[in-house]
Amino acid sequence: MPTTDSPAPATSADSATSANIAARAIPWAMYLRVLTVGTFFGIVLVKSEVVRWQRVHDMFLFKEAHMYLIISTGIVVAGIFMFLIKRCGVRTVSGEPIIYKPKPFHAGVVIGGTLFGAGWAITGACPGPIYAQVGAGVAMALCTLLGALAGTYAYAYAKPHLPH
Amino acid sequence: MMQLIMEPWPWWVSGILVGLTVPLLHIMSGQSFGISTSFQQVGSMCTPHSRASYLRDFDRRQGLWTLVFVVGIAVGGFVAAHLLSASPVEFLPASYQNVGGAIWLIVGGFLIGFGARYAGGCTSGHAITGIANLNWPSLVATIFFFVGGLAVTWGRLILQVF
Repeated sequence: MPTTDSPAPATSADSATSANIAARAIPWAMYLRVLTVGTFFGIVLVKSEVVRWQRVHDMFLFKEAHMYLIISTGIVVAGIFMFLIKRCGVRTVSGEPIIYKPKPFHAGVVIGGTLFGAGWAITGACPGPIYAQVGAGVAMALCTLLGALAGTYAYAYAKPHLPH
Repeated sequence: MMQLIMEPWPWWVSGILVGLTVPLLHIMSGQSFGISTSFQQVGSMCTPHSRASYLRDFDRRQGLWTLVFVVGIAVGGFVAAHLLSASPVEFLPASYQNVGGAIWLIVGGFLIGFGARYAGGCTSGHAITGIANLNWPSLVATIFFFVGGLAVTWGRLILQVF
């Protein structure tokens, strides 16, 4: 997973080659694109209301389908595009192949997954919405973020002693 | 049109745009959509000489994009809440606006950080990207996200805590 734009296998298109050189000269171009996609996603998170505690609460109460519909539509749309990307060999804008690295199964998927779900229900936010809430100026969301960083440190130190 | 944007977006618009984020990020940066790795990146940058290998040996250069990405999410959150919303968005209920609420959020946040990193991903990396790539451990993770969430939500309701 080279984050710095490494040269793609030689292509006939001159434009692709010069794009690679430009990307290498300014690695910030990739970060600028990441920032743009992040901003887009942050807007979607707020406008879809998945950042609201009430929406998450009503999802777990089976009171409304809103969250379920968004998550499942998202999976289907992402799935279709990932299928097309693999099938058509779509490359990144800097000419690299697109690879999905599968996440492995281990005990943490079950134990960590359950703990994560509990945190999601309590705070009404998963990691994306935490950042969106902080950006929106929700002071209390800093507590959630602080907790999440503390949890990450706890995991970092506990990792060697946990089943994986 | 502008009026429609200023209102909350319907589920199908939201769902399609959430789904599009996955191929978009892949094509624009070569990265797999996922957010909780940013916690590891932040931890690793704050304590690069940590005793914990999880933070010390993390490739901070390779992971830098996660930090850039979540800064983008925060910018997007600001733009959406302050420039693209007709009425204020109620993020957290009033019952959370006190010390008790702050403690709950810290505890919940702790579970999010610990759980997501132990599970190897969160809603974005496992539920959306993982399942979209037909990665079965991600489906298992998602099922247990709901096991935990349902247990807490219904447990609180039945026990009348907080």
